[in-house]
Amino acid sequence: MGPENLIDAIRSSLGEAVLDVADSFGDAVLVIRADAVRPALAALREAPFDYALLLDLTCVDFAAAEGRFELVYHLYSLSRNVRLRIKASVPAGDPAAATLVGLWKNAEWLEREVYDMFGVRFEGHPDLRRLLTYEGFEGHPLRKSYPWRLEQPRIPLKDDV
Amino acid sequence: MSGFDLLTTRLESALGWGRKFSLFHYPFITACCGMEYMSTACAHFDIDRFGAGLTRFSPRQADLLLVVGTITHKLAPVLKTVYDQMLEPKWVIAFGACSVSGGIYQNYAVVQGIDRIIPVDVYIPGCPPRPEMVLDGLLKLQDKIQHQKQDWRWARKT
Repeated sequence: MGPENLIDAIRSSLGEAVLDVADSFGDAVLVIRADAVRPALAALREAPFDYALLLDLTCVDFAAAEGRFELVYHLYSLSRNVRLRIKASVPAGDPAAATLVGLWKNAEWLEREVYDMFGVRFEGHPDLRRLLTYEGFEGHPLRKSYPWRLEQPRIPLKDDV
Repeated sequence: MSGFDLLTTRLESALGWGRKFSLFHYPFITACCGMEYMSTACAHFDIDRFGAGLTRFSPRQADLLLVVGTITHKLAPVLKTVYDQMLEPKWVIAFGACSVSGGIYQNYAVVQGIDRIIPVDVYIPGCPPRPEMVLDGLLKLQDKIQHQKQDWRWARKT
């Protein structure tokens, strides 16, 4: 399947869930509804699309400008050697999405990282704890609302140096 | 100058001479400055020429702590523990811009200089510092060791 056929096939398969499509340097980009993330990615994982690998899951904070967080999923098909980027917007006030644990095992830690950095809840996640920051850390440091340069030391620091 | 003073001055000088040329260092390496540490420590630049060639991989056997690379708040208690485990007399070199001042990072994660956690004797700036700068820093430390008040194990501490 070439890029055009691929996008058409995905569109007809996912139907209403696809809000927009684009092309980024030869790779397809899909914008889908947040409530369709789990069924859409479950469908893309299987034949004929066969996106067997979840390369990355990250998030972008547009809270100040547009009041939303954008989840970005990167998929890769080993059999066809093509990539696919999927974006879904969640409201900044209460960001939440369905978990992908059960489809891809690595989604567990990727979702824990996004939860840690952005505070997005992944419903159905078996163990949604912080991944990178430490116990006692307050807030989500990659949110634009996190105070600039705010440090949260674990041990007393000398200030008079 | 009394005879006793002359004796202790000579003894201090001898202790300093011995200590500055037998630095056992513990490399606490967290980041890319480690590459510069490796080239400094290996044959081409060779810190063994200055008596600091013997790398120890336990802080209890070391008397020079080389903090090489970025120290985050998550890691800060570990660095403090390593420093506390070292026996006196001990010295610390902050190797590279990150351990000197936080370097290019000023955010939620990075400690703005390891001197906020432990005392530092010599600062080596640079991102990363060239091996020549590291050797210069080592010579500065040796000079400091030679001329400091020597800590006698058998003397009562005040």
